[in-house]
Amino acid sequence: MLEVKNLHATVGDREILKGINLSVKSGEVHAIMGPNGSGKSTLAAVLSGREEYHVTEGSVVYNGHDLLEMEPEERAREGIFLAFQYPVEIPGVNNAYLLKAALNEIRKHRGESELDAIDFMSLVKEQMKVLEIDQALMNRPVNEGFSGGEKKRNEIFQMAVLEPKLAIMDETDSGLDIDALKIVSNGVNVMRSPERATIIVTHYQRLLNYIIPDFVHVLSDGRIVKSGGKELALELEDKGYGWIDGVTEQVGA
Amino acid sequence: MTQLATLDAYAQAFDAVQRSCKSPTPITDLRRHAFDRFSTLGMPTTRLEQWRFTNVSPIANATFTPAQPAVLTTADAASLVATGVGDGAPTIVFVNGHYEAALSSVDDLPDGVVVDSLASVLASPSDADAVARYLGTGADIESDGAAFTALNTALFTDGAFVRVPANVVVDVPIQLLFVTTAPFHEKEAAPRRMTHPRVLIVAGRNSQVRVVERYSGSGDAPHLTNTVTEVVGAANAVVDHYKIVRESGAAYHIGHMHLRVERDGNFSSHAITLGGNIVRNDVQALLEGEGGTCTLNGLYIADRKQLVDNHTTIHHTRPHCQSYELYKGILDGEAHAVFNGKIIVAIDAQKTNARQTNKALLLSEDAQINTKPELEIFADDVKCTHGATVGQLDADAMFYLRSRGLDLKQARSVLIHAFANDLLNRISIESIRAQLDDLLLAQIPGSGPIYEHG
Repeated sequence: MLEVKNLHATVGDREILKGINLSVKSGEVHAIMGPNGSGKSTLAAVLSGREEYHVTEGSVVYNGHDLLEMEPEERAREGIFLAFQYPVEIPGVNNAYLLKAALNEIRKHRGESELDAIDFMSLVKEQMKVLEIDQALMNRPVNEGFSGGEKKRNEIFQMAVLEPKLAIMDETDSGLDIDALKIVSNGVNVMRSPERATIIVTHYQRLLNYIIPDFVHVLSDGRIVKSGGKELALELEDKGYGWIDGVTEQVGA
Repeated sequence: MTQLATLDAYAQAFDAVQRSCKSPTPITDLRRHAFDRFSTLGMPTTRLEQWRFTNVSPIANATFTPAQPAVLTTADAASLVATGVGDGAPTIVFVNGHYEAALSSVDDLPDGVVVDSLASVLASPSDADAVARYLGTGADIESDGAAFTALNTALFTDGAFVRVPANVVVDVPIQLLFVTTAPFHEKEAAPRRMTHPRVLIVAGRNSQVRVVERYSGSGDAPHLTNTVTEVVGAANAVVDHYKIVRESGAAYHIGHMHLRVERDGNFSSHAITLGGNIVRNDVQALLEGEGGTCTLNGLYIADRKQLVDNHTTIHHTRPHCQSYELYKGILDGEAHAVFNGKIIVAIDAQKTNARQTNKALLLSEDAQINTKPELEIFADDVKCTHGATVGQLDADAMFYLRSRGLDLKQARSVLIHAFANDLLNRISIESIRAQLDDLLLAQIPGSGPIYEHG
């Protein structure tokens, strides 16, 4: 589904990604871990099409498309979803409105009919329950005044409704209390399917107790320095990053 | 300097008005005085503080003649009705400044409520006195910047008179539609058309009324619409006023509104500017009784080389009055906007609460705004705040929307609509709000309400 080859990316004149290689197949869950500043969030941003990041070398092929040539909205319509580390507050835009507009754009792209407000609400009811999103949250402006947990639950709720082929979660677990973490993890687990791939970018091993990954990659200084199965995450929990060759762990990370 | 030929055209128009318009003596005298004032003042120049950023030389240098009556085409009449507030709202229509009975309908008004053409009221001896008592009592024709108001006072031939007796509540909005039909592709040398509509709204004690004034135009020749609206609200009256300017692209629209709010009166204005080459909206509110409230909302959308100027003055003269002012502008292309908000708090106006905000969203590098608050506070126990912001669309929000599948245009529309959302929510007439929703969300067909109102 996703083939990342020798990906180099800069922001400003700083090179952050220095040759990433990653292959993700349908049905797989990949966790990308690593110390602060290793380039985890940059990788998520490049995959979702943020303009401030410039790819200087390498390629990303997504389901046969040259991903780097696609606008952010084309990526979304082709089934890529980024759950933001810091979901953006948009005053004046109703949460339900945005989700319905997004869903209808994606449905149009898939050749499906657009949904009206009633069909939309009945469609999202189940996911609302799973992610404990109440009607009041739906009717508030997007993320405005949401608590940290509400913002992250809302991201995963959007993900559940939009049914992406490739879900990328950028530090969705950061700052969550254990209850919110369980709700979010449950939301992700409910979505696991042979047709969907998930990339989980995280700083903490804790999330991987709830969402069991198929592969774990350690990112350091813009490169993947070690890959392994789910047991690698436990090893990292025990020993930190220092024992892996090539990890440059920053003080305090 | 206003050219002699153009002044001559105004003098001829004034002679014609004096010959043809029946008016009681006080109004005839007022007209004569107003024309003297206009002749003395001439067209305003950018040397005057109130006109510093608004160069009206395209108006001053053109020759305008009074627009003649015209019959709307069936299609134009239908589209006029379609843009109205609907639901059998009492409506009077003016085409080229002339009352159009065939398109007007003012049935089913509560007893004593008058919605009529000003010309016909002035022509009837019994009603004319009522008009004469109020007309000109709010409008300023004496100050240096008042040339257009003076010109309107001298040259108006028709307009609307709305009177609501004491204790009467009018549920349905009353709408006043002014249409100017300019021909297409008129030769440069041909005379331009002008209208000077006059509106007088008198709301009695404890009465309540909503009035919509809408100005629209067709054709691509520059015409001048120079309006004056006076609102006189008695004690405890509630008046909700909408002014929608959607003139044709070449048109000049100069509008002055003068409000007098009596004790405990509550006046709201919604000034919505959507079209015209040069549009100037002045609102002057006089809070002349204790406990009065005045809310001024403004939304202006401009692109290309349009100029939109909103000047507001709120004069607190008595204690315990409140004024709330929120203007928002969306500017694209090389549009230029001016906002000037003056708040005067007289020495007796203790416990005044005044709040003013102006926000502009610039969608292009070449759009610009001049914004200026002017506070003159002479009382010492008051709360007055003002704020102005000028900004662009938020890049993070744009990316967020696009990452959810909305394209660039849609994301822009959503954020532009969101910017205007709090103003839209203050509009209590559903059809007006829906039209503005559609206009702002033009790129997203069938997306439904962006915000659940209320």
